[in-house]
Amino acid sequence: MVRDTNKHFKFDWITIILFFLLVGFGWLNILSASHTGGDINYFDFSHPYGKQLLFIFLTFILIILLLAIDAKFYERFSSIIFIVSMLSLVGLFIFGKNVNGATSWYAIGGMTLQPSEFAKAATALAVAKHISDLNTNINSLKDQIQTFLIIIIPALLVLLQNDTGSTIVYGAFFFVLYREGLPKYYLSIGISVIILSVLALKFDALIASIVAAIVITGYHFMSKKKAPFFQLLFVLLLSILLSFGVKSFYDYILRPHQQDRISLWLRLEKDPVKLEAMKRTFAYNLNESEKAINSGGFNGKGFMEGTRTTGKFVPEQHTDYIFSTVGEEWGFLGCSFVVILFVLLLLRILHLAELQKSQFSRVYGYGVASIIFIHFLINIGMVMGLIPTIGIPLPLFSYGGSGLWAFTILIFIFIKLDSNKINEW
Amino acid sequence: MRQLLLFISIIFVGLLFIARLFYLQIYTSTEHNLFEDNAIRKVFDYPKRGFVYDRNGTLLVANQPSYDVMIIPREVEPLDTLEFCSLLKIDKKKFIKTYNKARRHSPRLPSVFLSHMSKEDYAVLQEKMRKFTGFYIQKRSLRHYQTTIGANVLGNIGEVNTNDQKKDPYYRMGDLKGKQGVEATYEKTLRGVKGIKFIQKDRFNRNIGPYKEGQLDTIPEQGKDITITIDANLQAYGELLMQNKRGGVIAIEPGTGEILTMVAAPTYDPSLLVGRDRSKNFTKLYNDTIAKPLFNRSLKGVYEPGSPFKLMNALIALQENVISDTEKVTCYQGYKYGNRFMKCHCNYGTRNDLVSGIQRSCNAYFATTYRKILDKHDNASIGIDNWSKHVKSFGLGNYLDNDLFVGARGRVPNRAYYKRIYPKTFYSTYTISNAIGQGEVATTPIQLANMIAAIANRGYYYTPHIIKSIENETLPEKYTKPKYTSIDREHFEPVIEGMFQVYKKGTAASLQVKDIDICGKTGTVENFAIIDSLKTQLTDHSIFVAYAPKDNPKIAIAVFVENGYWGSRFAGKIASLLIEKHIKGYITRKDLEDWILRHSLENEYAKPYSGEPFRINEHTRLQLVEEAEYKQLKQQVKNLQNPIN
Repeated sequence: MVRDTNKHFKFDWITIILFFLLVGFGWLNILSASHTGGDINYFDFSHPYGKQLLFIFLTFILIILLLAIDAKFYERFSSIIFIVSMLSLVGLFIFGKNVNGATSWYAIGGMTLQPSEFAKAATALAVAKHISDLNTNINSLKDQIQTFLIIIIPALLVLLQNDTGSTIVYGAFFFVLYREGLPKYYLSIGISVIILSVLALKFDALIASIVAAIVITGYHFMSKKKAPFFQLLFVLLLSILLSFGVKSFYDYILRPHQQDRISLWLRLEKDPVKLEAMKRTFAYNLNESEKAINSGGFNGKGFMEGTRTTGKFVPEQHTDYIFSTVGEEWGFLGCSFVVILFVLLLLRILHLAELQKSQFSRVYGYGVASIIFIHFLINIGMVMGLIPTIGIPLPLFSYGGSGLWAFTILIFIFIKLDSNKINEW
Repeated sequence: MRQLLLFISIIFVGLLFIARLFYLQIYTSTEHNLFEDNAIRKVFDYPKRGFVYDRNGTLLVANQPSYDVMIIPREVEPLDTLEFCSLLKIDKKKFIKTYNKARRHSPRLPSVFLSHMSKEDYAVLQEKMRKFTGFYIQKRSLRHYQTTIGANVLGNIGEVNTNDQKKDPYYRMGDLKGKQGVEATYEKTLRGVKGIKFIQKDRFNRNIGPYKEGQLDTIPEQGKDITITIDANLQAYGELLMQNKRGGVIAIEPGTGEILTMVAAPTYDPSLLVGRDRSKNFTKLYNDTIAKPLFNRSLKGVYEPGSPFKLMNALIALQENVISDTEKVTCYQGYKYGNRFMKCHCNYGTRNDLVSGIQRSCNAYFATTYRKILDKHDNASIGIDNWSKHVKSFGLGNYLDNDLFVGARGRVPNRAYYKRIYPKTFYSTYTISNAIGQGEVATTPIQLANMIAAIANRGYYYTPHIIKSIENETLPEKYTKPKYTSIDREHFEPVIEGMFQVYKKGTAASLQVKDIDICGKTGTVENFAIIDSLKTQLTDHSIFVAYAPKDNPKIAIAVFVENGYWGSRFAGKIASLLIEKHIKGYITRKDLEDWILRHSLENEYAKPYSGEPFRINEHTRLQLVEEAEYKQLKQQVKNLQNPIN
C-alpha cells in the first residue's frame, strides 16, 4: 500500500474522523440525556453535558501529547506503564472511593478518576510487549501462562473492586492471543462451553448432553482423521458433566437475584406477574431502555424531543444507557448509523493492525480493536436486551472523562504506532 | 485464517445489532402517539357545559361545582384517620376499603377517594387539607337543575363507559357525557371541546414542564347555550295534571313544529340523577319495571291510536274521491260485514255524513269509508298499499328523524305486512279494525300530535323538534322546511269541521273552553295485557287529540292516559286545560282542573298485579287523591299561575 509520507498525512485520518464522529454524536446525546430544561449553558460544569465538553476539549491536548511522544517510547516503557497502572489499581484498596458499590475511583479535588479504564490500555501494551518478545512462543504452555497472568492480574484487581463489567473486558485478549497463535482448541473449548451452558439453562441439562452426544458422533463420522474412541468418550463425559454442572450451579448455588438476571436474559420466566415484578426492580433500567428504543421507530422523535429521555425515564442514561437516547431520538436510522460507525472503526483498526510490520504494533492494534469490540458488543447488546445487564460504558459515546481519555489513549497510541511503521524495517 | 475470527465477529455483531434494531424499532414499534405515551401527562381543561333555556328564556339547566377528594396512594403519609374520616363523614371501614381499592387501581395515579362533596364539607375540609399528604381536592362541574320538571326532555349526564370511549376517543375515563334527552342529542354543542395540556413527566411521575413548550396545547372551547322549544310553565302544568296517571302528552306548535310540552308520566326530579346519589337513584328508577319512570311514553309509547285515526281515514277517502262530505251512511248500532259485527254507540238507524260521523265517532261510517278506500280498484291489495302511503305521508309508521334522543316507529301496515297472515286472498274486511284505529296501526303520542298539527296546517307539518336556537348557529333546514302530506288542502275543511263539532256537540261537548275554538277527537282504545300467561283485557286507554284555535292554530296536542277509560274522561280534560293554559295563560275551567287533580288511576294500575280477579271499564270506581296530596297539588298549580319571579 502506497502511503503518503507527507508529514501532515502520515496519521490515519479515517480512524481519526471516525473517532471524532463518535465523540461528537455521543456528546449530542449526552446533552439530550442530561439536559434538565431551561437554557443550555455549555460551560456549566454542574451538568454532565458541560463537563463532557470540557473532557472533550482536554482530549485534544491529550491527543497532541500522545502523537508528540516518540513511537518507540510506548514499546520501551510498556512494562513500566503496566506496573504503574497495576499499582494504581492496588492503591484503590486504600484510597478508593466507592461509587454505586464499586471501589473504582480516586477522588482528586472535585474530579474523579477511574484507573481501571486506563489499565486496559496498559494491559494491551504489556501483552503486545510480551508476545512480541522474541523469546516468547505462544504455543508453549509456560508462555501461555505468563501471558494469562498479565491479563488476569488487572482482571482480578477490578473484580475485587466489584467492577464485574471491566473484568469481562479482559476476555477481549482472547482474540489477540488467538490471532497470535494460541492453539485452536481454546476457541473450540470456549465456544462449546458457551453453547452447552446456554443450552443447559435454556432447555435442560439432558438436552444439552444429547446435543453434545450428537455433535461428537457426527464429528466422528464426518472427519477423516478418526480420533481414538476413548478420547471422544472423554469429551462427551466432560460435556455431560459441564451441562449438569452449569444447571446445578444455576439451581443450587446462584442466589435468587442472580438467577433472576439469567432467567430474564434467556427468557425463562413465563409468569407475567413475576415478569412485571422484575421490570419494576432490577430489570427496570433495561425495560425502560428497551421501551425508549422501541418508541423511537424508524426516524426517531427528533433531537432533544424524546419524551422518555426528557422525562429521565432511563436511569444512568447519559452513561451506560446512552444508546437508548440514540434509539429514542434518532430512531432506527440513527442507531444503525452508530452501529455502522463502530463497525467501520473496528474494521479500520483491524485492517491497520494487519498492515503493521512490527509484531508489537500489530498485537497492540489487535488489542485495541478487541477491547473496543467487547465494549461495543456488551454495551449495545445489554441496552437492547440481548445480553444480561453488565455495566460498562459505550466507548467514546458514554459520559465520563476517564473512559473518554482511556479510549483516546488506547486509540491514539495505535495511530502513533501506525504512523511510525514506515520507519520500522 | 486466524485473522478472520475478530473480523467475522465484528461483522456478525454489527448485523445482529441492526437486526435487533429492526425488530425493536420497525417491526414492533407503533406510531408515536402522545396520548399513549406515558411519559407525557395529559391535563384536560374542561369547558363550561352550555346552559339550557326554555322558549321564554327561563334557565332550566345550569352548572354547579362539585368537589372530589382525590388520592395518590403512594404519596399518602400517616395521618389522623379519625379526624379525616369525620371531615369526610365516612367511617374507618369505608376509609380502608376505598384506600385499598385506589391502591389496587394504581399506587401512582390519582383515584377518586370521595366524590361530590357538598360545598359546606368542602369549605371545612379545604382548610385542613394540607395535613393530609397524598390527598387533594379536584373541582368538577355538575349539572344544576333549576327546575323539577322535564326529566324526560332534559335528560341527564353521566360518566362515560368503555363503550362510549370506544365509539369516540374524545372521551376519557371520568368524563361526563349526555346520556338522555337534549343532553344526549346536543351533547357536542353543550359540552364544547376540552382543552389539553401536554406535560412532560419524569420517571417519578413528577411534572417537569410543558412538552415542546406547550406548542401542542389547546385551549378549551366553551360549550354553547341552547334554547329549547319547551314552554316550562306549560310543561310543569302538564306534569301536574298527569300526576297519579301514566301516559304521555305532546303539544306541538303547528306553525313551526316546535314541541311545547312533552310529558311522560310518571316522571321524576332530574336532580335525582346528579352527583353522589346518581347511580343509586338511577338503579331505583331503572328497577321500577311496573311504572317505568325512565320510559319516555310520549316518544316511545306505541299505542293503537283508536278513534283519532278515523280523521286519517276520512282524509284519505276524500283525497281518493271515494266519498263526498255530504254522503250519508246509516248506522245500525254497528256495522255488519260478512257474518261479523262491529259495534257502535250511535242510535239504531242514525244517518251520518262526514261531519256527524266524526262528531259521533261512528264506527259504521268509518268501516264503510275504509272499505271504500281499499276497494277503490276492486283490489284490496292495491288499496291498502295506497292507503298506507297516504298514512305515512303524515309521518306515521316511521321515526320522525328529529332531535329527540329516543323514538319509536309505530306501525302502519301495508299488503306486504299482511302477507304472512293472508298469503293469498286479501279483502278489505280482513283489516277493518284499521278503520277505527284499532287493528294493526300503532302510533306514538308524538306521531299523533304531529298528525293533528298537519291537519291544523291543512296539509303540511314541520318535523317536530326540541331545539329552538343555539348560540351563533342556525337550525338545520329539516326543521324549518314544511313537509307536505299527500292530501290536498281542500279536503281538510270538512274533517276540521267534524273535529270542531266534537267540541260543540259531540263526544267532547263537556270540555268546551270559552272563547277558544277547539277542534278535537276522542279515542277509547281497548287494551290487553298478558297476565300470568293469560291474555287479559284491562280498562281502556283514554286518548284525545286536539288543536286550537280552529283557524289560526297555535297548539296541536295528543294526550294518552293509560287505562283512563273513555277519551273525554281523562285525556280530553287534560288536553282542554293545556290548550287554555297555552292560549289564555290562565284557566277558566277550574272544574276540569280540580277533577283531574283529584282523581288518580293508581288503583287501576295496581289491579293486574294484585293477584286477585278484577273488573274493568264500567265496573271500576275512580280513586280519589288523598286530601293532603290534593291540597299540595292545588298549591303547586297556584304557584305556577303566580310565578314567584
